[in-house]
Amino acid sequence: MSAETSSGYIKHHLQNLQVCSTQEGWQFNTSENPTLCKGNLVAFNVDSMFFSLLLGFVFLWMFRRAAKKATTGVPSKFQAFIELIIDFVDTNVKDTFHGKNRMIAPLGLTIFVWVYMMNLMDLIPVDIIPKLAEMMGIPFLKVVPSTDVNVTFAMSISIFILIIFYSIKIKGIGGFTKELTLNPFNHWAAIPINLILEGAALIAKPISLSLRLFGNMYAGELIYILIALMGLYQLPLHFGWSVLHLLVTFLQAFIFMMLTVVYLSLAHEDH
Amino acid sequence: MDFNLTMAGQIIAMIVFVWFTMKNIWPLLDAAIVERQEKIAEGLAAADRSQQDLELAQKNAAETMREAKDKAAELLDQAKKRHAEIVDSAKDDARAEADKIKAGAEAEIEQEVHRAREELRKQVSVLAVAGAEKILQRSIDASAQADILDSLVAEL
Repeated sequence: MSAETSSGYIKHHLQNLQVCSTQEGWQFNTSENPTLCKGNLVAFNVDSMFFSLLLGFVFLWMFRRAAKKATTGVPSKFQAFIELIIDFVDTNVKDTFHGKNRMIAPLGLTIFVWVYMMNLMDLIPVDIIPKLAEMMGIPFLKVVPSTDVNVTFAMSISIFILIIFYSIKIKGIGGFTKELTLNPFNHWAAIPINLILEGAALIAKPISLSLRLFGNMYAGELIYILIALMGLYQLPLHFGWSVLHLLVTFLQAFIFMMLTVVYLSLAHEDH
Repeated sequence: MDFNLTMAGQIIAMIVFVWFTMKNIWPLLDAAIVERQEKIAEGLAAADRSQQDLELAQKNAAETMREAKDKAAELLDQAKKRHAEIVDSAKDDARAEADKIKAGAEAEIEQEVHRAREELRKQVSVLAVAGAEKILQRSIDASAQADILDSLVAEL
């Protein structure tokens, strides 16, 4: 335990390592002033970005290696494993998305593997990496990027932009506007109500997408931290929660991918 | 729940990752999988085809075998028949030869008998004439009774 009290320990574990621009230039938050960057928009969560980019590059490197060596003959075990994931994503995308768009499957694959890898960071015992970092003089380190709203919102907002882009591309501006204003009540007088309802439904998509992932992973991480406070009793509990969480990590990644595909599929549907 | 520039950075990262996956990862792996599926389908079809070929070949082989057996049996029959014919003709030949030899021998015997009889007859006639001469020396000339003697010889 790095802090003296339980609440201090929890707070310490939930604090991002941040860097932000202040009046004295770019500054990291420190143990003395952990909330230096709180409320500052011009700030970076260094740990979230570092781990998510690291995992992203691991993903790209792994799959690129498999893609370069891809043989149409008997595949190596590594290639078979990668193809298993590709096939899993491809099957799900083909079942859900019936339009013609070469971007959906790669998007689904990237989201699924990336989110799953970020979620899996949760299985590393909560103290190992922050403790090592502390020895190297880094005061805070949150290792699970998907417990950071910035990360989950970044993904859902990218998807939201894609939804709007494809809605307009497929249905035209007129069609998209009609969908927002003349649904569910097809009458000119109901346009304001329709706009509110459809607008809320549209906005709810990215928000629910990102908050679902964030909430699940944040809660999971919090429970790991609470279990870690329990002394020796943590061992059986930790095992039980890890088993459960193993399912949660996969399920959340899968849901994120599937909902992305479903939303984009809806965007492609022309009534 | 504080938002900051991390989000912008993550959006850029995500765009780059998705773009890279779309350009450099997905098409290669997908192509490999599809091509392998085709190969496997072709392989299975070829296996089916060769199975059919095998069955056909087996049928052909059985057919050929049966034909050969039939042919062999036929040849055997012919050979047996020919054998019997040869044996028969040999028997006939032998019999004919034997008959010929027998006939020759019989003719010879006949001739011999005839000659012996002729000899005998001559000797008998000579003997008879001699006897008669002896008888007639006492009575008459032999030449006067020659016609009677000749007729006697002819009767023998």
